[in-house]
Amino acid sequence: MTTYPTNRMQADVIIVGGGFMGAATAFFLRRQGLSVILLERDLVGQAASGVNFGNVRRQSRYLGQLPLANRSRDIWLNLPRLIGEDAEFVMSGHILVTTSEKDGARLEKYAVDCKPYGLDLTIMTGDQARAKFPMVGPDIRTVSYSPLDGHANPRLAAPAFGRAARRAGARVIENTEVCAITKTSEDFIVETRNGQSFQAPLLQISSGAWGRAMAASFGEDIPFAANGPQMGVTEPLPYRIGPVIGSASSVLEEGVYLRQVKRGNIVYGGGRRSVADLVAKRSPIDPLNTMRQMPYLARLVPQIARLRVIRTWSGVEGYVGDNLPIMGPSSKVPGLFFAFGFCGHGFQLGPGVGMTMAELIATGRTDIPLEPFHIKRFQ
Amino acid sequence: MADEPVIVIGAGPAGTRAAQRLVQAGLRPVVIDENDRQGGQIYRRQPENFHRTPEKLYGTEAAKATALHTDFDLLRPRIDYRPGTTVWGVSDEGLMTVCGQDVTIVPFSRVIIASGATDRIMPVPGWTTPGAYSLGAAQIALKAQACAIGQKPVFMGTGPLLYLVAWQYLQAGARPAAVLDTSALSTRMKGLLRMASRARVVANGVRYMADLARAGVRLHAGITPRAIEASNNQVSGVTWCDSRGRLRQVSCDAVGMGYGLRSETQLADLLKCEFIFDPCFTQWRPHVDRNGRTSRPDVYLAGDGVLLRGADAAEAAGQLAACAVLRDGGHSVEDTEFTQLHETLAIMNHFGRGLAEAFPWPAHLAGALPDETVVCRCENITAGEIRRAAGELDAPEMNRAKALTRPGMGRCQGRMCGLAAAEILAAARNVPVREVGRLRTAAPVKPLPLNCTVKS
Repeated sequence: MTTYPTNRMQADVIIVGGGFMGAATAFFLRRQGLSVILLERDLVGQAASGVNFGNVRRQSRYLGQLPLANRSRDIWLNLPRLIGEDAEFVMSGHILVTTSEKDGARLEKYAVDCKPYGLDLTIMTGDQARAKFPMVGPDIRTVSYSPLDGHANPRLAAPAFGRAARRAGARVIENTEVCAITKTSEDFIVETRNGQSFQAPLLQISSGAWGRAMAASFGEDIPFAANGPQMGVTEPLPYRIGPVIGSASSVLEEGVYLRQVKRGNIVYGGGRRSVADLVAKRSPIDPLNTMRQMPYLARLVPQIARLRVIRTWSGVEGYVGDNLPIMGPSSKVPGLFFAFGFCGHGFQLGPGVGMTMAELIATGRTDIPLEPFHIKRFQ
Repeated sequence: MADEPVIVIGAGPAGTRAAQRLVQAGLRPVVIDENDRQGGQIYRRQPENFHRTPEKLYGTEAAKATALHTDFDLLRPRIDYRPGTTVWGVSDEGLMTVCGQDVTIVPFSRVIIASGATDRIMPVPGWTTPGAYSLGAAQIALKAQACAIGQKPVFMGTGPLLYLVAWQYLQAGARPAAVLDTSALSTRMKGLLRMASRARVVANGVRYMADLARAGVRLHAGITPRAIEASNNQVSGVTWCDSRGRLRQVSCDAVGMGYGLRSETQLADLLKCEFIFDPCFTQWRPHVDRNGRTSRPDVYLAGDGVLLRGADAAEAAGQLAACAVLRDGGHSVEDTEFTQLHETLAIMNHFGRGLAEAFPWPAHLAGALPDETVVCRCENITAGEIRRAAGELDAPEMNRAKALTRPGMGRCQGRMCGLAAAEILAAARNVPVREVGRLRTAAPVKPLPLNCTVKS
């Protein structure tokens, strides 16, 4: 017979991992009226959630993800009302650009395919695009414009959801690393390295690149890699570049993207990724990648070549083998849910994932189609 | 990378002596220096077409400066010297350097970093007004370009450099309006006991003060800075409280500021050397053994870039680090050479601690700064914003505060404001400053042009 310590903290739901997904789920679970304990190893939003590019982009996503992305975008627009701050979200528009005919045809096809999902894109020739966005470089020949997308500040968004969750009554416990999760007949028991113990009938694993090992401990392993994005930022200059600009190239090195924040700095990323170190909790930023990005950034916006890079960074992101996240219920353990491995495209989805997972956990169902993201696809 | 060269970064006193010792052992080191001419900060050389005498430029230190320059010039044919070149990052293949628009990857077997130090700045209301400079900048203007920051500058802060720069300005024909030192006379007397080990250095300092006083420059001790005043967006005066708490004002046309030094440790950080908090200098620095070995077997540190002991110590530490590199690389180095250098440096250590005691970093001023005072000048972040990070946003350490409200997020990556920002964060959270940590370094160490290319 198991005896439980009387000081074990209990709740309806335990969330392991306080990234954007965990923090947003905690917030929306409180709105569903459930009690929540959010356990974060370090500080809320420090890993992939805090170091990514900050794209609030729907176009070029997997079509089956658009209902989730659409829901998320509606929440992004309402952030101030919902959590009391906007995380610097601006509906700046988003353009995907290409110099190649083949990639241009792909953009055109996507613009048709995504229409039934409620995403309206405008395809432009290079000249049409340059008339509207004069900063776009002369080599660009096809542009796909998504006017209702934009960008936000990843350093602010997840911590803001964490604070909002706490204000709403969630117990957000930071600097607490989970070392064991076990399931009794009724409940999950979560043990932490600092000797604490937590208990709940429902549990969500949203621990990013570290989620894979936790899922595997329940017998649900997946093809997975932990990689680091290669990000950088320039010195500020007057705010001129409205939309997020991304390359639609199918060549890895050419796939760079940039956005200008209102303070004036241009944030950029893309190209090759580094291999993350899950133990050190760091991904290297390879300075040679910084060098490789430069000419391709200048192809998008030639004026950028006159600026200087002031900082580069990386972080730990989880990539699933088929480049789609793990999201939804466990296929083996009742009461267990997953929301991790967002493959470098989770930032836009964060609020929508939180709302959808909270719905699923609290009511057992959601109208957002999640089948393509179920972990069972790998079994 | 055992076959690769030994690299020396920096060509000041430490870097020069390190390179010299390596050459003596038959090596041909690569010497990478950010400056266009060798000499470092203290023995900075004037441009080629300037012709002031060493005595005029370096005062009491003229002989040392000349020796360092001459010795380096003799080394030139036997080293791979790369002036005007900045090490901005570290890749698996070597150090990333940039000269103009040319990026070069420099592989190394071992590297000695002698990156020196910069002024430690304590913000004060008005410190970002045009006409307010760091002491180092005031000195560079004078040494390199024969320009003064003003006709009647105020020098404010603490430390021996305050008096040296004021004296140099006096020699150059300026009329310093005042020297305002936060260190009280009684505090300085305490440090003096340790400093007695280097009587000549103390005597020089006393001479500078006496010369300044004789010329009518007012020297105030134990002051509390209040504000740098501006008129027409140009420095017009300084207000401060004297040691008895009376509010005082002095008119001036420029201010040179500095509160001791801070080591330039970014490269050691990028190379993943282990850091420790040094309670004597109240700042984080790479851990080194007494020969300059870091936690990483191929990285060595020397000079003010790791321990703030001044130029004479830097020369000895540079030679010592080179000896360690040689011995670790299988060259024979006599024990007596190590012993002699250790003995020299023991005196310098004692003296350095005395200086830190005599002219302490006035950490308490940071906690008392008005909320609206700009602290991070690159990003225009005020003390109030850092306190908001500490309180409302619950940032327990500097990198989290930077992520949330941006102190240290700009061009200089917090080299200017980081230590003061840490004091503000620590004061707001009521913890010792070491507990709020230090800003992590990110490449590029200095801004890197986006139009540069890799030269093989």
